[in-house]
Amino acid sequence: MKKYVIDLQVRSVEQLSPKHVLLKLTDDHPLPEMLPGQFVEVRVDHSPTTFLRRPISINFVDKANNELWLLVAMIGDGTRQLGCLHAGDVLNCVLPLGNTFTMPSARQERVLLVGGGVGMAPMLFMGGEMHRMGCEPTFLLGGRTHTDLLELDIFNRFGRVCVTTEDGSMGEKGFVTNHSVLNEHFDRICTCGPKPMMMAVARYAKQNNIDCEVSLENMMACGLGACLCCVEKTTEGNLCVCKEGPVFNVNRLLWQI
Amino acid sequence: MADLRVNIGRLALKNPVMTASGTFGYGLEFADFIPLDGLGGIIVKGTTLKPREGNDYPRMAETAQGMLNCVGLQNKGVDYFCSHIYPQIKDIDTNMIVNVSGSSPEDYAACAARIDALENIPAIELNISCPNVKDGGMAFGVTCGGAESVVKAVRECYHKTLIVKLSPNVTNIADIARACEAQGADSVSLINTLMGMAIDIERRRPLLSIGTGGLSGPCVKPVALRMVWQVAKAVKIPVVGLGGISSATDAIEFLMAGATAIEIGTANFLDPAITIKVRDGINLWLDAHGCRDIHEIIGCV
Repeated sequence: MKKYVIDLQVRSVEQLSPKHVLLKLTDDHPLPEMLPGQFVEVRVDHSPTTFLRRPISINFVDKANNELWLLVAMIGDGTRQLGCLHAGDVLNCVLPLGNTFTMPSARQERVLLVGGGVGMAPMLFMGGEMHRMGCEPTFLLGGRTHTDLLELDIFNRFGRVCVTTEDGSMGEKGFVTNHSVLNEHFDRICTCGPKPMMMAVARYAKQNNIDCEVSLENMMACGLGACLCCVEKTTEGNLCVCKEGPVFNVNRLLWQI
Repeated sequence: MADLRVNIGRLALKNPVMTASGTFGYGLEFADFIPLDGLGGIIVKGTTLKPREGNDYPRMAETAQGMLNCVGLQNKGVDYFCSHIYPQIKDIDTNMIVNVSGSSPEDYAACAARIDALENIPAIELNISCPNVKDGGMAFGVTCGGAESVVKAVRECYHKTLIVKLSPNVTNIADIARACEAQGADSVSLINTLMGMAIDIERRRPLLSIGTGGLSGPCVKPVALRMVWQVAKAVKIPVVGLGGISSATDAIEFLMAGATAIEIGTANFLDPAITIKVRDGINLWLDAHGCRDIHEIIGCV
């Protein structure tokens, strides 16, 4: 897929929680083709301590409105600066980057999409694309507390939504791997979130002989596979998460699970 | 439109803008963003005789106006380069230059000899300045004797344009440059990264897997510029300048300090189209100042 470096216009900035903003970006021309699992490297202007671009996963592509959605967790100076953007501002983006989640090969395939924290962002796009091709995904979304669970109304449009919170303030109490939906049968799992969560999900998948894809977020510089900074150890040696990933089948990783 | 052509020894460049090794992959990674044949040269990822896995993650830490890396020369070795990569890049209409590294003079020479046989690789850049590998690398670049031993061994078996990439982690970089010149180097390029460090204060541990790394980006530019100026005065062979170049203004500073050509490195990560913008910016500046040939400014300071 051809990559672009483009200035996108910020159409809206919605504060979804005290630490999350949803940026809706658009362009005068149709946006380039993007697929679930891919990410964008955004340039952070006006943040003196932020030197490199920040990789942000694609939350959703609203083709009807020519919008790219980025869900940003405000963690450091760079992401906090992104939260200070206003409608009408410009955001310089390199996109689309990385590989994609594997789309179901048949409509009846039972796919579980597990998102933890801001890792739920790419699951919306994946679920939306599955919905578009006539599949019904099951979302399993986890957070520390109810304010971590975002965009639930839109998730609900695309499939069944199961929720856990560590403090029990919404859904079932505990971690995603404690949820009762895991008693059901699934053909495949895609997950994105904190590494301990993804490892627990991968362990569950392995024990139940389910194909499992994880989306990694190793620290990156170039985002293009040029600098070799973001490598992950795999069965094929060190691979760039930005180019060979961010999505990996867990069987390719050397995780001790 | 000024004449931007320059020569590094026998190597003719259509313009002085090249890419720094390790920041531009094999060029192909950037083909969506710029016309690769619009560059003066592309210096591809460091290549060694045997495959190298590189250092453990984390290999990168962001710093004020720059970054540290300790990639450690991850590459699949010169045989893989010749069989798998060379066929993909050999027809790109610019100077495709291979950065060569090793752990002994014999190692460097054997790797260089393999690349000497590749018709469309007109030059190598000898990396005697990588701060991130224990066995060799920078060890050869920090003494005149070490630099001489590698350049001599490579010069005996490598017949095309030989550029030697120098380390800034030395007391007197001009002495090292003179040592390389004396052994037959066609050019020196400088600077490689400055050895640095960053610490995670919560975990009370270095941020990088091997503790230290090489610093690059705009923060090193004044140091690099000073060293290019010193070396350009000390040797007769052409100097290639690099270190934090992020704009046409930066590039023109290096040219004025005495660099015949320049390399753009870390800036490629911030803007994948920066190289062409720098080339065009140099051209505009020359036109605006009534210069018809880039040589009117090279070494003018």
